[in-house]
Amino acid sequence: MGLNLVVLVKQVPDTQNITGDAMKEDGTVNRGALPAIFNPEDLYALEAALRIKEEIAGSKVHVITMGPPAAEQVLKESLYRGADTVALITDRKFAGADTLATSYALKCAIEKIGKYDIVICGRQAIDGDTAQVGPQTAEKLGINQITCVENIEQIDEASLIARRSIEGGFEIVKSKYPVLVTMTDEGHTPRTSSAIKVMTYKNAKAGDPEIPMWSIDYIGADVEACGLKGSPTKVKKIESVVLKAEELQMIENTDEGLNNLMHALISDHTLG
Amino acid sequence: MSNNIWVFVQQDEGKLADVSLQLISKATDLAKDYNSKTGSSVVVEAVLLGEKVKDLASTVIQYGAEKVFCVEDARLKFYTPVPYAKVMVDIIKKEEPQIILYGATTTGRDLGPRVASSLKVGLTADCTDLQIGDYESKGETYENILYQIRPAFGGNIVATIVAPEKKPQMATVREGVMKLNDPDSSRKGEIVEIASIVDDMDCLTEIIERVQQEKSVNLTASPIIVAGGMGVGTKEGFDIIADFAKTIGADVAASRAAVDAGFIHKDHQVGQTGVTVRPKLYIACGISGAIQHRAGMDESAKIIAVNNDPDAPIFQIAHYGIVGEISDVIPKLKKAFTAKA
Ligand SMILES: Cc1cc2nc3c(=O)[nH]c(=O)nc-3n(C[C@H](O)[C@H](O)[C@H](O)COP(=O)(O)OP(=O)(O)OC[C@H]3O[C@@H](n4cnc5c(N)ncnc54)[C@H](O)[C@@H]3O)c2cc1C
Ligand SMILES: Nc1ncnc2c1ncn2[C@@H]1O[C@H](COP(=O)(O)O)[C@@H](O)[C@H]1O
Repeated sequence: MGLNLVVLVKQVPDTQNITGDAMKEDGTVNRGALPAIFNPEDLYALEAALRIKEEIAGSKVHVITMGPPAAEQVLKESLYRGADTVALITDRKFAGADTLATSYALKCAIEKIGKYDIVICGRQAIDGDTAQVGPQTAEKLGINQITCVENIEQIDEASLIARRSIEGGFEIVKSKYPVLVTMTDEGHTPRTSSAIKVMTYKNAKAGDPEIPMWSIDYIGADVEACGLKGSPTKVKKIESVVLKAEELQMIENTDEGLNNLMHALISDHTLG
Repeated sequence: MSNNIWVFVQQDEGKLADVSLQLISKATDLAKDYNSKTGSSVVVEAVLLGEKVKDLASTVIQYGAEKVFCVEDARLKFYTPVPYAKVMVDIIKKEEPQIILYGATTTGRDLGPRVASSLKVGLTADCTDLQIGDYESKGETYENILYQIRPAFGGNIVATIVAPEKKPQMATVREGVMKLNDPDSSRKGEIVEIASIVDDMDCLTEIIERVQQEKSVNLTASPIIVAGGMGVGTKEGFDIIADFAKTIGADVAASRAAVDAGFIHKDHQVGQTGVTVRPKLYIACGISGAIQHRAGMDESAKIIAVNNDPDAPIFQIAHYGIVGEISDVIPKLKKAFTAKA
């Protein structure tokens, strides 16, 4: 028996460690200057799946990503950590997908895998920060969803109990399968790669049997609903965040300087 | 097609979410702008779901809704995705609003995407500004559509997103960024009761336990804030911050690093993963000014930065800068205030 677990992972630019040359003059992002990493919360999603596999004998962990061929790296890293199978959804026609088109493609890929019990995502990806792909994939699959899960508290062959964070507290909720959960980074710390598995997979490339590439046709997706065509949202304008420096007034760290500052703030009614 | 502007009004255990009322206020401004540009007369309408919600509808009307659609059902008492999305999609299809706003809360960010996927329309997450304007693409002009403005790429860019071709245009909006209008208790509006279409089969999530506490502080409403960061050094160091804040009538906030270090409770965190504030005065003490922190406070009317590193990025957005040690500057500021006030 066991459960079929599908984990959705994304390769993202490392937006948390932005360096000076990451932004181009025109305000767009210089993706080339940012290292591509495994989306942090997706590592927690993978970890949750691997723990379920350890708990419920016979379970399988399938990892899917949609992205360019370079995204094979996150699949290799998933194999290093213990994924059973991986697939790279890749096709030029997927380019420009917003969350709606992305979730549609992921839904088609999940159905291609066949029987699944739990789909596990990260809560949000650090490039778009939308947290939409999880719920939208659940809706497209026609299944229940539990978002913002900190921890899977209990699990058996028929249902799971999860702790999800809400404003100012938490909820303990139960759902039968199939269900999609999205994981935050408050759960179990993701494991590191297994040295043996790294040896096994380090030379694997997208297109090899270990890392199959799935096209639009292969997953049976409708081209009209994919990529830019299937995306209702458009980016009208992008601006880099400019720091407004011009107004800064330095105040001497002396009794006189600080007294004058306080006086100014009190007389213009900011204080007092 | 009604073309009206909608707000999904969130209630938790009978209490309206602050962000929902902020959105009613914002929607009223958008409707005014839209009407003056187009000569039409669209109005603000709200949707309110829960076990008993009709009593809450009058508050929603006071903030500017002309009509509140209420759906009452014991199975809607607490938010769960499938029943809520089903009810929302059904009413939207019947009424055809042109815009729907949701608070970017865990509920709004769970529900919005599900509704968007079902209707196959766009949804922009976590907006910090909304405007009405035109959009040109491939020789076509789409007039008076919703500009959905949001930070992306970890706060490093601000993007304007549009969804010109399909209605409704939907967005989730961050709490605290839209100003709350004054309620008007004389306002009259219509409360429309809608029969629930929830079925027991839709109730796929069972809530076993729910623990939710009121926040210990509500920084979104604070006019004056003193915020401490890692530079404050210790939990005890925060006593100096709190004492100074009390003296000048301010609330205490913190950076995430200070929260993670255990100096203060998470309710006080300002920034991308904390609250967004826009006080008259924000005094940042020992805060470096990382982009994720600035995202929550750079709209403050005046910013004072106190930092011992003259090159700290916080000085780039500050109006007044003081280079010095927290343990030295803060007591001096307190003394200066007490002497002047
Ligand atoms: C996805 C993500 C989300 C995040 N969300 C948030 C968020 O919501 N809010 C947030 O705040 N951060 C957030 N962060 C973290 C953010 O990137 C910074 O790490 C954090 O804001 C730094 O806090 P800090 O300025 O207090 O600490 P530091 O960066 O360590 O800065 C301390 C400052 O204090 C000064 N200092 C040190 N000692 C003294 C002294 N004795 N006297 C005076 N000055 C002194 C130093 O010069 C320095 O400038 C997020 C990060 C990520 C990746
Ligand atoms: N291209 C993708 N391929 C696989 N999974 C994805 C992709 N985009 C998003 N996801 C999943 O959806 C989650 C939320 O992403 P987002 O809605 O972009 O914030 C991520 O943490 C992933 O688990």
